[in-house]
Amino acid sequence: MSKMTLQIDGSTHVVDVPSDQPLLYTLTDQLKFKGPRFGCGLAQCGTCTVLVNNQVVRSCVTPTSAVANPASKIRTLDGLAQGNKLHPMQTAFIEEQAAQCGYCTNGWIMQSIALLEKNPRATDEQIIQGLDNLQCRCGSHIAILRAVKSARETMKA
Amino acid sequence: MNSTNITRREFLQSSSALVVGVSGAFPAIDALAQNATPKILGPNPSQLDTWIKIGKDGLVTINSGKMDCGQGLDVAYSQIAAEELDVPLSQVIVLFGDTRSSANQGGGSASSGIRQGAVPIRNAAAEARRVLVGLAAQELGAKPEQLDVVDGKVFIKDNPSKSVTYAQLIANKEFSTSLEWNKKIGNDLNVTGLAKPKNVADYKIVGKDAARRDIKDHVLAKEHFTAHIRPDNLLHGRAIRPPQAGASVISVDKNSVAFVPNVKVFHKDNFVAVVAQTEWDAVRAARALKVKWTTENRPLKGGDKEMYNYIKNATPTFTNAVPMFFGKKDYNAQPTFDALKTSAKVIESEYFAPFQAHARIAPSCGVVDVKSDSVQIWTDAQKPHFQRQGIAKFLNIDPEKVEAKWMHGAGSYGRSDADEAPYEAALLSKEYGQPVRVQWSREEGIAWSPKGPAAIISMKAGLDDKNNVSAWLFKAKGFNGWDIKFNAESPEHTLVGMQTGHKKWTAYNYNIPEESYKFANHVHWWETVAPYVEQASPMRTAHLRAPQEMQTRFAQECFIDEVAMAGNMDPVAFRLKHIQEPREKEILEAVVKKFGWDSNYKSKKSGDIQTGRGVALYNGYQSYAAVACEVEVNKKTGKVWVKRIVVGMDCGLIINPSGVKAALEGQIMQGISRALYEEIKFDDNRVTSVDWNTYRIASMKDIPGQIDIVMLNRPDKPSGGVAEPGLVSLPAAIANAIFNATQVRVRQYPLTPARLKGLMV
Repeated sequence: MSKMTLQIDGSTHVVDVPSDQPLLYTLTDQLKFKGPRFGCGLAQCGTCTVLVNNQVVRSCVTPTSAVANPASKIRTLDGLAQGNKLHPMQTAFIEEQAAQCGYCTNGWIMQSIALLEKNPRATDEQIIQGLDNLQCRCGSHIAILRAVKSARETMKA
Repeated sequence: MNSTNITRREFLQSSSALVVGVSGAFPAIDALAQNATPKILGPNPSQLDTWIKIGKDGLVTINSGKMDCGQGLDVAYSQIAAEELDVPLSQVIVLFGDTRSSANQGGGSASSGIRQGAVPIRNAAAEARRVLVGLAAQELGAKPEQLDVVDGKVFIKDNPSKSVTYAQLIANKEFSTSLEWNKKIGNDLNVTGLAKPKNVADYKIVGKDAARRDIKDHVLAKEHFTAHIRPDNLLHGRAIRPPQAGASVISVDKNSVAFVPNVKVFHKDNFVAVVAQTEWDAVRAARALKVKWTTENRPLKGGDKEMYNYIKNATPTFTNAVPMFFGKKDYNAQPTFDALKTSAKVIESEYFAPFQAHARIAPSCGVVDVKSDSVQIWTDAQKPHFQRQGIAKFLNIDPEKVEAKWMHGAGSYGRSDADEAPYEAALLSKEYGQPVRVQWSREEGIAWSPKGPAAIISMKAGLDDKNNVSAWLFKAKGFNGWDIKFNAESPEHTLVGMQTGHKKWTAYNYNIPEESYKFANHVHWWETVAPYVEQASPMRTAHLRAPQEMQTRFAQECFIDEVAMAGNMDPVAFRLKHIQEPREKEILEAVVKKFGWDSNYKSKKSGDIQTGRGVALYNGYQSYAAVACEVEVNKKTGKVWVKRIVVGMDCGLIINPSGVKAALEGQIMQGISRALYEEIKFDDNRVTSVDWNTYRIASMKDIPGQIDIVMLNRPDKPSGGVAEPGLVSLPAAIANAIFNATQVRVRQYPLTPARLKGLMV
């Protein structure tokens, strides 16, 4: 067990967990975050996605110790809305009704934000390419693509 | 009775007596559909209070024994109840699948959410309005017929200032009103009151777009999934699976996990699991635990490479011949064989359908708290009421003391692995006296999850010298459709149940298509073959979304094209000539019109890319669906992209058009996924599809370039099923389009690049 400090959504969290414990389990089991979720444990679906310094990170294969430092700023879906103010990506997902079961929504929102923050003018092709490694089993891809395209416009504003 | 009104499933049910005679041990398909009044477990369906409660703020709560797979069924139910009660849509909420508060409506099943599950809700809401207006009449000193209701307020029509609200009349009180219950539980459960529901012509809320209510919770990470349930003193469990299908435990080395703090090792018969205080501890202990298993001799007999030979050569375990157009039981195939002998042309083809997986985005998760006098189950299984019965039986506890609460889950497309983890958690919680959460691994979620069965489907048709169809023969031979039962109301229908000695049932079923066409001398039959491994097999089968219908429709709807071609006819014109049901004709006509189907269409070539178009039909679940698509095939790589698709549906009266549209969009993607990519791979010993690399599903790049959805609303027809019909004929439509593009007829799906590349060289 090792005591580690994590910077998540602007807050400091201290945990005492095995240093090789994947970040996902620290977030869900110890800290009760609900956005990142277990889907595969293999970095193949994106359901566990968080952003670390605005980069997409699959928390299911990232040891907690790898991000337990003051320089690693972790962002989660749980902390995305500022009070009642939703992130434009969240608003777009609601407006486009871009979920069926909603279990994978976390990965799509977080990775889409990282993609558009990096490249606000991403073309449709770049969005499709940039999200192609995420899995959705219910088949919400069509609505999700509409939502991300819509957020591309509102995030610019 | 008009024989075409009997659905295929109803026929199979009505013919179960015949099946008993042949197999000797065929349990009734739904024992609960028998004549005797079933025992009531939980709330009494014949009480209006079971279905509807009105709070002091006027909020109407509907208690439903169904669940929602992410298609907004709660919104549709709210529309129906709001309509009947004359309250605003926003004033109605729906609680799903809690055994404490709802009757057993069969949970998620056979696209029955609206077509069956909504019927008692509509009737109960209408009856509640009648009772409330009666109470208001006493309160206001008027006759019920002098009253009207707007937004939950009852008023005298001639003197609207005299009014009383529903909340004032009933808040915190009971209706204490009896309903006529049809004495069925499960999908067929219905209740009726004295009130007659409204006429469709008077609808103001039903039939209009209404948004999902749970999406905001999803995007804010507020939704509670089963995986989020964390009661105090929770333990985390995880099972260990054998390296070979059918292997038994010889010994377990508990010391191999001594490095994990406070870990416990559970072993009963062939079920081995670890239990730990954190999820990661359970994961690493499960990976490390050394278990010695028996060695089996090629239990999966050559794997997927030999599978179709296995089916072909197997002696059928069960055969069931079904005459065309159900209801006629005087079935005789001889005229068909005779007609084939004398036909001018005989067309013959075999089609191959793979094992496919539910592959939910997260594998099974269940949390169970077994206390000395009560059991609480948190589950996302589709049928929490049946699961409660099954877990009670498994633990040998009075079902009255067991309650299940349905939670949001990671998708749900039939009898998936969702039922499995809760059973395992129950066993472990009983053993350790603490609540236990079991989260399956990705590998378990694909390799050890129930599967849709593989089959070979043989088709034969005769044409006379004028190209009229003179005979039509359909024969499916495949793995059993239900090694485990869809309801999971008994432990033998689960992996852990079988691993702990509950013997698999012996009921057999494959399938035949719900027939669209009428031909002379038309015969269908199906046969099942023995499973590779009888008990606790990773290849055990169960209902996967539109069970066996994709397999049978793939054959039927590709073969129709082949016969049309042999007779030199356009595939749409040929279908229209033989379709029996006018509604099915109309949906096909609407789809091809939207598509711009032109019988003079010429497939296009541009470099390696060849473009072609195809069509396919489906009817079932009291709905009619048609698909037309244009695909691009890369001749060099074998890669297929659906460039354009039109999906049309006639599902009778539409409750929520936006919900139907969303459901169809989802079915387009899952249909493309099952058509192009999905097949369970396995070798001699084990399933080798274990993750998203070895069991590929559709992704963002598979989104069609243009999507059109055609919905034919039929206010005069009962609502049909929406959640399955749109996806069934995708593989056939795409295969037909591939043929049109390349002149290569691919009779096996999935239509993977490797398979197509091999055929096109």
